[in-house]
Amino acid sequence: MSELIRCTNVCKDYVRGAESIRVLRNVDLSVAVGTIVALMGPSGSGKTTLLNLIGGLDAPTSGEIEVDGLRLDSVSARHLARWRVRSVGFVFQFYNLLPVLTAQGNVELPLLLTDLSRSERKRNAALALDIVGLGDRGRHKPGELSGGQQQRVAIARALVSDPRLLVCDEPTGDLDRQTADEILELLQTLHRDLGKTIVMVTHDPKAADHAMVTLHMDKGKLASQDDQAASALPSARTVA
Amino acid sequence: MFRQTLNITALNLRNILSRKGSSSIIVVGIAGVVAVVVGLLSMSEGIESALQETSHPDRVLVMRSGTQDEITGWLSATEVNVLNGMDGIRTVSGELVVVVDLVTRETGKPGVAVARGVEASALEVRPELKLVAGRWFQPGKNELVVGVNAGDTYAGLTLGSRVNFRNKSWAVVGRFDAGGRAHDSEVWMDLPIAQAEFRREGVVSTARVLLDRDSDAAAVGEHIRQDPRLRADLIAEQDFYARQSQARTGMVETFAYLIGAIMGLGAVVAAINTMYSSVSTRLVEIGTLRSLGFSSVPVVVSVMAEALLLALVGGVLGSAAVYLLYDGLASSTLNAGSMSQVGFEFSVTPRLLVIGLSSAVSLGAVGGLLPAVRAARLPVIEALRAN
Repeated sequence: MSELIRCTNVCKDYVRGAESIRVLRNVDLSVAVGTIVALMGPSGSGKTTLLNLIGGLDAPTSGEIEVDGLRLDSVSARHLARWRVRSVGFVFQFYNLLPVLTAQGNVELPLLLTDLSRSERKRNAALALDIVGLGDRGRHKPGELSGGQQQRVAIARALVSDPRLLVCDEPTGDLDRQTADEILELLQTLHRDLGKTIVMVTHDPKAADHAMVTLHMDKGKLASQDDQAASALPSARTVA
Repeated sequence: MFRQTLNITALNLRNILSRKGSSSIIVVGIAGVVAVVVGLLSMSEGIESALQETSHPDRVLVMRSGTQDEITGWLSATEVNVLNGMDGIRTVSGELVVVVDLVTRETGKPGVAVARGVEASALEVRPELKLVAGRWFQPGKNELVVGVNAGDTYAGLTLGSRVNFRNKSWAVVGRFDAGGRAHDSEVWMDLPIAQAEFRREGVVSTARVLLDRDSDAAAVGEHIRQDPRLRADLIAEQDFYARQSQARTGMVETFAYLIGAIMGLGAVVAAINTMYSSVSTRLVEIGTLRSLGFSSVPVVVSVMAEALLLALVGGVLGSAAVYLLYDGLASSTLNAGSMSQVGFEFSVTPRLLVIGLSSAVSLGAVGGLLPAVRAARLPVIEALRAN
């Protein structure tokens, strides 16, 4: 199976005043197309930083990151922004929906950056809402929806431009157990039916159960990194 | 990019209502600045207009060379006669301008008014001046005809009443409307009586001259300067009042801009704070939009648009408040030259509204710039961390 994500010797330093803190240390990772990967580890272990790098939200201090055929570490911020529009969808812990927009409006947001006509945008957003089971809630504003429904809207927004990769930062972190399970089921459906590759950061062991591969991070390194990098390929790991 | 900018800006503007508290700081701050600046300038505009309205294009003043105002000037009767015989001059009105002690109606304290001793020719050179009540004074009598504003400004000037100054009792026998407010604050009397009572026999302060329609004021002025019998200069009435008003309005305008600058500084600081706070409350939204692929330019534009819109609302409110409260409001000010009161009306002109609104927009732009740049420069992940 082909590779969607490849990180080679990736380091990331944050500078705070005169101090430089290394949060990622020589990370090597390979994720095949169509995998669900769970990134686990204690707070501060660097998992969200790695997720941000894979999603093209941040740049590595050194090393190479290639996602969907693009070397993210060597392109401009503007190029990266354009790439994000079509190649990656983001799901955040607190949904990050815009409160003044309806569910439909929130889902349409990424499409404003495409050449689609207004009617096409509306149609695609409605379809994405249908996929997440909220076809009848398009006119509701986030404040009128439950946490689980809001996260479904956020997932629809991540899906709407049909990216190959979804990056999810604690997608169930703000939800009760039952709702969290429903969201994890939904992510699995997206993987199964639409072939999405999903990388999620989570503290939730049940979320990890839904992943095909679980990677543990500690102190900026992938635990047992050499083995883990290889095992991220689904061929090397039993699908959960 | 344009569509991105439009969309994010529209989104942000829809959000303003959810930040009513902080947004109102900009609106109120800038409304205050605009109200004060436009209010003070409307006073200056009113004074200028009161003095300028008095002028007439064919009318000039002939004044003793070197004098700046009517009170300190003097011309002899001979000089007035010379003027009367000059080519290009239709009518000459020699006038004695003095100040008299009266009581101001508003404060009940002593004040001074301009009194003008005139003859019938004064009305010939001022065809716009009309008697609106009573009658004109009779020659040789201590009678007064008062301007419409003078009656309101000073006590004892109502029609039919008597007022005392220069140890004489003067009867108020009429009211006139000059259509120009400088004269409307004056009290007029018979010239020979004024000369006698103020001990200026044979002398007038200035001559008000109506030129022939086809004569050239500059040429007449040159004749006056060249004539050895005269030691006088000609000044167009318009220029005279412009000079008079400049001295007064200049001070008011300086004060307006000084106060405006100090208040404006405060408003800008408030605007910067508010916009920083607005950006702070929008950090996650900005981070989310940037993560979706929106670039930083629309973010800058959206922050600036918010600041400008709020400033504009402040500007409109401030201008509207001044317009409703002050436009046309009658007041008076002290003429530094004669130490007399000049009546005027606050005048909130379109020009002042433009000044007010453009000041508001400028304050908004300055207030929004730094927060906008901060919002644009903020790394996406830092904005997202604000959750």
